Amino acid sequence: MTAQGEPVLTVRDLRVTFRTDDGPVSAVDSVSFDVRPGEVLAVVGESGCGKSVTAMSIAGLLPPSATVTGSVRLRDQELVGAPEPTLRRVRGAEVAYVFQEPMTSLNPVFTVGSQITETLRIHQKLSRKQALARAVELLALVGIPSPASRVGAYPHQFSGGMRQRVMIAMALACDPAVLVADEPTTALDVTVQAAVLDLLRDLGTRLGTAIVLITHDLGVVADIADRVLVMYAGRVVETGPTQELFDAPRHHYTLGLLGAVPTAGRRAAGGRLQEIPGLVPVLHEQPDACTFAERCPAADEQCRAGAPALEPRDTDPTTHRAACWHPADALLTKGR
Amino acid sequence: MTATEIVTPPAPDPGATPPRRRAALRRLRRSPLGIAGFAVLAVAVLASVLAPVLAPYSPAQVHFDAPFQIPGTVGFALGTDDLGRDVLSRILFGLRASLEVGVLAVALALVVGVPLGLAAGYFRALDAVISRFTDLMLAFPFLLLAVGLAAIRGPSLGNAALALGISQIPGMIRVVRSETFRLKNLDFVAASLVDGASDVWVLGRHVLPNALSAVIVQATVAIPQAIIGESVLSFLGLGIQPPDPSLGTMLADAQQYAAQAPWTAVVPGLAIMLVALAFNLFGDALRDALDPRSSR
Amino acid sequence: MHFGPVRAVDGVSLRIERGRVLALVGESGSGKSTVGRCVVRLLAPTSGTVRLAGTDVTHLSRRALRPHRREVSIVFQDPASSLDPRLSVGDIVGEPLRLLGLASSRRERETRVGDALEQVGLRRQVAQRYPHEMSGGQRQRVSIARALVSSPRLLVADEPTSALDVSVQASVLNLLADLQRDLGFACLFITHDLSAVEYLADEVAVMYLGTLVEQGSREAVFDSPSHPYTQALLSAAPLANPREQRARRRVLLSGEIPSPTAPPPGCRFHTRCPVAVERCRTEVPLLRTTALGQVACHLVADDGSGPDVRQQQPVPVGEG
Repeated sequence: MTAQGEPVLTVRDLRVTFRTDDGPVSAVDSVSFDVRPGEVLAVVGESGCGKSVTAMSIAGLLPPSATVTGSVRLRDQELVGAPEPTLRRVRGAEVAYVFQEPMTSLNPVFTVGSQITETLRIHQKLSRKQALARAVELLALVGIPSPASRVGAYPHQFSGGMRQRVMIAMALACDPAVLVADEPTTALDVTVQAAVLDLLRDLGTRLGTAIVLITHDLGVVADIADRVLVMYAGRVVETGPTQELFDAPRHHYTLGLLGAVPTAGRRAAGGRLQEIPGLVPVLHEQPDACTFAERCPAADEQCRAGAPALEPRDTDPTTHRAACWHPADALLTKGR
Repeated sequence: MTATEIVTPPAPDPGATPPRRRAALRRLRRSPLGIAGFAVLAVAVLASVLAPVLAPYSPAQVHFDAPFQIPGTVGFALGTDDLGRDVLSRILFGLRASLEVGVLAVALALVVGVPLGLAAGYFRALDAVISRFTDLMLAFPFLLLAVGLAAIRGPSLGNAALALGISQIPGMIRVVRSETFRLKNLDFVAASLVDGASDVWVLGRHVLPNALSAVIVQATVAIPQAIIGESVLSFLGLGIQPPDPSLGTMLADAQQYAAQAPWTAVVPGLAIMLVALAFNLFGDALRDALDPRSSR
Repeated sequence: MHFGPVRAVDGVSLRIERGRVLALVGESGSGKSTVGRCVVRLLAPTSGTVRLAGTDVTHLSRRALRPHRREVSIVFQDPASSLDPRLSVGDIVGEPLRLLGLASSRRERETRVGDALEQVGLRRQVAQRYPHEMSGGQRQRVSIARALVSSPRLLVADEPTSALDVSVQASVLNLLADLQRDLGFACLFITHDLSAVEYLADEVAVMYLGTLVEQGSREAVFDSPSHPYTQALLSAAPLANPREQRARRRVLLSGEIPSPTAPPPGCRFHTRCPVAVERCRTEVPLLRTTALGQVACHLVADDGSGPDVRQQQPVPVGEG
């Protein structure tokens, strides 16, 4: 699972604005991150935070009403503003997607085998026979029992978890450098989710695939992510290695999210779940202020007067950075 | 209670139009085609209501001295037909008759189709009966029905509307049935049933109001169908009787002189087309406006 | 394809004491929602009884059921479909009062609707708004206000927080806990999320494929789960703590939940159970009382001891 080498995907200062009936809506604002081969980067946040829009903008999947600026580089290739044929080639072969609902992503009238081989024959120019052999191989890779016979089955003959595995197999067909998984286990039962997460983690290790995992579930993040990007109202508010971020969250939104997750044994301690009052704002333009200030327990004038930069703590030698004027761990130290 | 107060935007002025309807109106105003359709309809309705005032002559008044006057002739803005009747006056009254047929026919389809559709969608036991009944109606040739009605009751505007209305009942039933079927499985209906709501309550308070936008759309599509249908019936002599004009009878009368006096066919033909198009455009815009999800 | 009656729930017995919270936990296809719908009489069970405060309401006619309607309310999962989009919040929350004849005048109804809205942490003025103008969390609060406006003795909450964001879920769970404590209604909390119920429940019942596999106090089920399925479920839900989550061994169940149309013979869990023996394939285990609670497993002894699948060798990835 260790990430090696140069980043395969580099996102810099990504901004996405949607044109709507009620004026422009800023969905993503100056988001930057890298993903290295074999690494699992989790993008976490609640609905409306911009995590799915970020994922979709990587390979140009956003609708025409979206305006994307900034840079998304896949190795040496710039994807923002790239022509549609280039993007199409990239999408099949180098950046693959897995979505939440496996049933709507599979065509019900074709066998899963033909759907996997289609990708292979388009992008890798394999013969029918080679493609079929590879499809069986892929189904085996994602843990479908007796893949040689299942390759001829239709999507409805698979259960939810198995369909998601088929989707992952399709995504892996051309050995992509980056796999973008948008809430891949949200529609699955927990006992099934566990197996799919194990599969994803294993792929990073075995194939060196870089995984961008979009999720709202901090348990999933804790389970398989190497690094975390916490998003709020379109901005990255905190990022760092998973363990560090969970151990010492610095942004109050991260802290709030962690406190809101029900965890074993908390009621016994007489605790309540932590709430974050208020709602995620819909922003027509990004203000020069902390967007979380309205809901933050530590907010003051400074927070409303200027947007904090995503910075490491001065003594912090790691890559753990937060965009907060009054980081939570600093307060903690002061309090003691 | 320690629950957090939720920050909410200020409540709208209670005296104002409900926001939902206001949003629908706003969306409707943003559709240029919808506005065009509405404008044409408004002019058509106004013209037909004011026909007795606006028309220079009685629609049946003949001018033997002035047959086949071309449009633009002094005194006959849209020309005259074979008997020297003023085309403009006949169009105004004909429009009135056509709109009447359209509205009456659709009113009948609504009165019969909506309750049957609700019943079929809501009560499983009735569904089989009502659905077979609609299949039967769809299989029955409409013209045969119209001929039969005309034979028994005599051809008239009312009987044309009756035949057209009956032919539109199955479509209305189907639309309402499928909406009802979708709505009755939603949780708000279940919540209402848990509190002991009767079927009539559920249908009247929850199902019908939510099915209304589909019904309105179906109606705006059905009215122009009825207007065109009336033209066909009148053309065949099964609708409005001469000398009363309708857009359909005018078209029928004009056919023998179409070569000599094309305007006698073109003017009512254009009127039918415009009204039908206007209803369709307005109906489409209304459907989009009533769907809250359609706000882009 | 087989068409025919599906036995969604088989032989489930539950008992909720006055003012207590019973969590009914299970994954998709477990039949947990079917049980909830039978309790509020949206469905009539094929056999068996539902008793409310001693009265058998299973086969009462609609009319005879009326006096019992106000005793039970339900909150659904999806706030998008549980509120009628054409009605104002005030009309939605006031509906039970009208249906049950609980308010003598329009004025009284409005007062009680306002009170109910304040009780769930909303402002009274919200009554004039429409569901689509509100966020998911606010809509779920409206649903709860609607359910509690008639002061029921039993609230059935069918996955009330599953469709909500984490922070909103927390506030709704807190709200339910506060209301339950303050108003003292009994609650059947139906969920797939074990972590949510640990916070709320007094008792926990676990369902698998239409049958009850384990039932007991919260402490018993969470601290010493007896049934292999409960153990697997507990170990599968990821903890929001990377160090603990990665250190612990989780049970990977092979395969997936079989179709309820053709449940396996014997113990319904045997097809996925890591410790199943021959007896499990043929003989249906009955729900027995042990020292720790009730469990339906051949391998659990009367003192509650039995195999812990969390100690078994993990199944290698790729054969799941």
